[in-house]
Amino acid sequence: MKELKITPIKEGTVIDHITPGNAVKVLHILKIPESSSSVVSVAMNVTGKTGKKDIVKVENRELNPKELDKIALIAPKATINIIRDYEVVKKHKVELPNEVIGIAKCSNPTCISNAREPVESRFLVIQKDPIRIRCYYCEREPEDIAAGII
Amino acid sequence: MAMNFKNRDIISIKDFSKEDIEYIIDYAKKMIPYAKGERSSTLLKEKILSTLFFEPSTRTRLSFESAMNRLGGKVIGFQDPSGTSQKKGESLADTIRMADSYSDAIVIRHPQEGAARLAAEFAEAPVLNAGDGAGQHPTQCLLDLFTIMTEKKKIKGNNVVLLGDLKYGRTVHSLAYALAMFKADLTFVSPETLRMPKEVINECKELGIEPTSTTNLEKAIKDADVLYVTRIQKERFPDAEEYNRVVGTYQVNTALLKDAKKDLIVMHPLPRVVEIAPEVDKTPYALYFTQAFNGVPVRMALLALILGGKNQ
Repeated sequence: MKELKITPIKEGTVIDHITPGNAVKVLHILKIPESSSSVVSVAMNVTGKTGKKDIVKVENRELNPKELDKIALIAPKATINIIRDYEVVKKHKVELPNEVIGIAKCSNPTCISNAREPVESRFLVIQKDPIRIRCYYCEREPEDIAAGII
Repeated sequence: MAMNFKNRDIISIKDFSKEDIEYIIDYAKKMIPYAKGERSSTLLKEKILSTLFFEPSTRTRLSFESAMNRLGGKVIGFQDPSGTSQKKGESLADTIRMADSYSDAIVIRHPQEGAARLAAEFAEAPVLNAGDGAGQHPTQCLLDLFTIMTEKKKIKGNNVVLLGDLKYGRTVHSLAYALAMFKADLTFVSPETLRMPKEVINECKELGIEPTSTTNLEKAIKDADVLYVTRIQKERFPDAEEYNRVVGTYQVNTALLKDAKKDLIVMHPLPRVVEIAPEVDKTPYALYFTQAFNGVPVRMALLALILGGKNQ
C-alpha cells in the first residue's frame, strides 16, 4: 500500500526535485516563515525515481519569476507544480538564466556592487551543472551561492 | 587582420582573444620610436583623456599621460580623490558621468574591485581599467606580455615562474590567465598562505595548462625562462600580523641567480621593496626597467586603437 508522507494540497505550489538538503534554503528564499502565513510542508531526503530529493509544498501561494530564478540557483533540477483544486494545472522545470540580476549579493565585501552605487548585483552563469556563477563586476566566484541570495 | 577596437572598453584581460592581444602587441612595437620621442605624432591631437586615480599610482598614471602626450592628445584628471566630490559622498557613477562629458576616454584606478566595469556602464566614452582593487589590471598584463614577446620572440613553451604574493596580487591573476592562453608553462612560487587562488589555477587548466605550485624558489629558478617577481603588498592584507609573517620570505639576489639559465629575464611590475636586491639591477637578467618603459608604447597602442586613430 502506498503511504503518503505529506498530504496533497488543495491550492498552491509544490516544489519538487530539490537538491537533497536544500529545502531549508528554498524556505529561506521564499522568506518562510517570516513574511508568509501559508501552510508549508517540507520533506527531506525522499526517495524518488532518480534518487534522493527534497520537496516543499506551499499552500495558497504561486511563485513569482524572481523567486523561481533564486530557486534555480540553489536547486537547478527543481520542478514547480502549480496546484488548483488538488490537480496539477501547470508543471515546469526551473530554468537558470544566463545572467542573474538583483537576486544574489556579491560575497566580496570590496566589490563595487556592494558600495552605494546605482546598480543591482549581477552575475554571469558560467556553468550550469554544477552551477558556477561569476560576479559581472569583480569577477569573483562565490563559494556559497545560497548565502548570497538577497 | 584588421581588428575593430574603436570605442572598446579595456576592463579585463578576459575580454580579449589571443588574436586581439597579438594585434595590440604588434601595434605597440610600431609605437616604440614615438614612445622614445625619436618621432613625433599628432594622431590624437583633438582628443582629451581623463585620468581618474582614486588610488595612488606612479608608473601607470605617468605612462598613460606620457602615452597620450606622445600622441599629441591632452590629459585632465586627478591623482588624489581627497580634493574631489567623492569625498563629499558622490557616487562613482556620477563622477564617471561628469568625466564622460569632459573627455574622449577615461582611465580609472579605484580601490574597489569591479569599479572599472561599473564605470564602463555609465560612460559613453571608452573606459580603460588602470587597476581595480585586487581585481584586474589589463594594461599591465598587456605590457608584461609585450615584454616577454619582445625579449623571447614568443610566449609559448617558455617556463614562466610567478613569485611572491599570488593571493592578493592583482597583476599575477590576469597574467597567469593570459600566459595560459598563450601556452606558456607556469610555475607558481609563494609562501603557503599566499598561494594562487584555486579559481585562477582552474582557469589555467581550462586553457590546457597545468601549473606547478611550490614554495621552493631555489629549485624553480633553475628551469625558469622568465622570473616574474611581485611585491608582497601591505595594503592588500586584511591584518598586519599576516603581512609580518610573510614579508621578506623571498629575495632575488645574485647568489640565487647563479644557478639560473643564461637567458633568464627577471621582471617586476614595480615598485619593488626588498624582493629584488639592487645588485640584480646591473645584471643582464634585470628587465624590469625596460618593462616599465614598455608601458608607454603599449598604452599608446591602446589609446590610438580605441580612440580611432588611423595607422601611422
